[in-house]
Amino acid sequence: MSEADPAPMKSVSRGKRVGLLATCLVDAFRPNAGFAAVKLLEQAGYTVEVPAQGCCGQPNFNGGDEPGARQMALSIIQTFAQFDFVVVPSCSCAAMIRVHYPELFPDDAEVAALAAKTWELTSFLVDVAQVEAVDAALDATIVLHDSCSGLRELNIREQPRALLAGVRGLQQKEPANPDVCCGFGGTFCVKYPDISARIAAKKMADLQTAGPCDALVSTDLGCLLHLGGSLHREGSELRVLHIAEVLAGMTDNEEAD
Amino acid sequence: MHVERDFASLSDKALHDESLGEALDTVASVMPLIRNQALTQLEDFAAARERAREVRDEALNRLDYYLEQFEAQVLAMGGHVHWARDDHDACTIVARLCEEADAKLVTKSKSMVTEEIELAAALEQRGLEVVETDLGEYIIQLRGEKPSHILAPALHVTIPQVIDSFNTHHKIERDRPLEDTDQLLAEARAVLREKFINADVGITGANFLIAETGGVVVVTNEGNADLTASLPDTHIVVTGIEKVVPTMDDAGLMLRLLARSAIGQRLSNYTSFFHGPRREGDTAGPSAFHVVLVDNGRSDMLGSELQDMLRCIRCSACINHCPVYTAIGGHAYGSVYPGPMGAVLSPGFADLDSARHLPNASTFCGRCEEVCPVAIPIPKLLRHWRTQEFSRHLRPRSERFGLGFWAWINGRPTLYRFVQRVSAGILRRLSVAEGAGRWIRRLPGPGAGWTRHRDLQAPAAKSFQAQWRAQNRDSRK
Repeated sequence: MSEADPAPMKSVSRGKRVGLLATCLVDAFRPNAGFAAVKLLEQAGYTVEVPAQGCCGQPNFNGGDEPGARQMALSIIQTFAQFDFVVVPSCSCAAMIRVHYPELFPDDAEVAALAAKTWELTSFLVDVAQVEAVDAALDATIVLHDSCSGLRELNIREQPRALLAGVRGLQQKEPANPDVCCGFGGTFCVKYPDISARIAAKKMADLQTAGPCDALVSTDLGCLLHLGGSLHREGSELRVLHIAEVLAGMTDNEEAD
Repeated sequence: MHVERDFASLSDKALHDESLGEALDTVASVMPLIRNQALTQLEDFAAARERAREVRDEALNRLDYYLEQFEAQVLAMGGHVHWARDDHDACTIVARLCEEADAKLVTKSKSMVTEEIELAAALEQRGLEVVETDLGEYIIQLRGEKPSHILAPALHVTIPQVIDSFNTHHKIERDRPLEDTDQLLAEARAVLREKFINADVGITGANFLIAETGGVVVVTNEGNADLTASLPDTHIVVTGIEKVVPTMDDAGLMLRLLARSAIGQRLSNYTSFFHGPRREGDTAGPSAFHVVLVDNGRSDMLGSELQDMLRCIRCSACINHCPVYTAIGGHAYGSVYPGPMGAVLSPGFADLDSARHLPNASTFCGRCEEVCPVAIPIPKLLRHWRTQEFSRHLRPRSERFGLGFWAWINGRPTLYRFVQRVSAGILRRLSVAEGAGRWIRRLPGPGAGWTRHRDLQAPAAKSFQAQWRAQNRDSRK
């Protein structure tokens, strides 16, 4: 982790406590994105804590295992109720809490309160912390992949673009059909691997329409592991970066270990 | 309703069908564009959509009332209404009506409900000649196939295949060989005209039923429903009980959304309102007018979480925008209702066991719900079926075990950390360093699904949480 040097920012946010839900994928595959998220939140003036945490329950919820999903949700609710905000570097995990926890526990005030204070990282930085420009530079041309959960469950489209526009030296490109799914779909990609691969192939062709790029950037690591793995299998040189890594200026050690 | 159970092999076959892939690519690239264009011409799509949702909800919440109102109006105009509990009932009723009409030749305009209840086959079994008059539907009838799209049933068929079918089935002398679409159209028109004129019974579906007038609304782009309904002496409408809307104005609103959502048209080429049989003084029209209202699983959805699905107006926007449908096409679903709407309907109309793959074959990307003109929460309804499958033990044991284990170990943080560390170690040992990263090219067991088409980036040697804990212990903040 690079030295966190909290920039003087909005006094309203100073001292407010953010609980970071790192997500299972960032935890296991991309710790660097977790540290990047911490850095961004600290730069915005928040106190960040990472309580011991498990999965939000999304795989079980989408797999039809509601009892399992409820059990995992309860643990997250207990762990994160204490914070002023819960921030998640993933649209689909954030949507699980914001949109679907209240469906699992209807008419539960505590759950509704947690849902209301849970935000995806870029949306939190723009919509809550009102960050206008991050302090980062990256001399690269990137293509952004939107998350379906972000677009359609959390209304996240402009936030990542606005933040990326503030990265010095960065060129943003748009692919064709930016609102079309990449074929990841959680367990879908291993349950129906051939269909998932066909959808990924179309997405990779759409990404190509953005022209030559150095990196593929997204808010969601699931899409990135799926697309990155597909690109790598094809011999593509395109790097894959979590948006937190780009915004925090931490793209040099993304393969952290 | 019948659903083919073999989703895996049907979708695999579809993925290897190149001409199907090209047709589907066209759907995926063209249909969203033209739909979007047509909807931006509407003054306020969001408001129209909200109003349409209310209209459909009103009809469904008081379905008994509106259906009885519709029935009373049809009776008052001299028509007849028949109630069919299921597909067998419906086919029996229609067969009896055909017999009463002493029919030999039956023309049909395209109707998904008649596909659902397999009406044509039932009538043919009883010795009737049944001719589909929608061009696409006619083509697949010649080929002995099911529709692969609810609006474009022959989407999967290529022009050379159509030429083949016509050459095989049309016993006519031609002055030159069939080559282009104009010729094909002319020939289909000539063959079908003969059938239109000689048919004893015409069967149509209905896009909407209007409770206040007893009207039956049918839209087509070929005008074939008008010829089907008007030329024979008997017109039989076969449709689902959920198609009713309260008023004529409501039907107007639904029509504006239907054509735009379906194929980017402001209005379909032909929009017909049928009101009962020929009246005194009318110079044309059938003397007998029957409406067969089919339940076939619909009333079971009423009052359940699935009721929202009954709002569906069969526009196919969800199908055209679905990444899974546009990868595998309609036949892979093994049901006459493909795509997202079909994945919700098929388990309800057939049974969950046969249709169990369909609710699972979705990435939950949510585009279906976004484009739905009556705002059906399709992903939520698909999840409803998944929940049923899980609790009724219809999912594979490996999946049940996997999800159960995941929930179980997440409740045991110490064990979770241990297992995570061990599996990360194993995965890293399987990985190869390449450039800045480590990659795994091949995994056994459940991981094989991943590595069949993609590489897997190796997990970090030390998890984020482990690193965080270590740092905070060192620095104590």
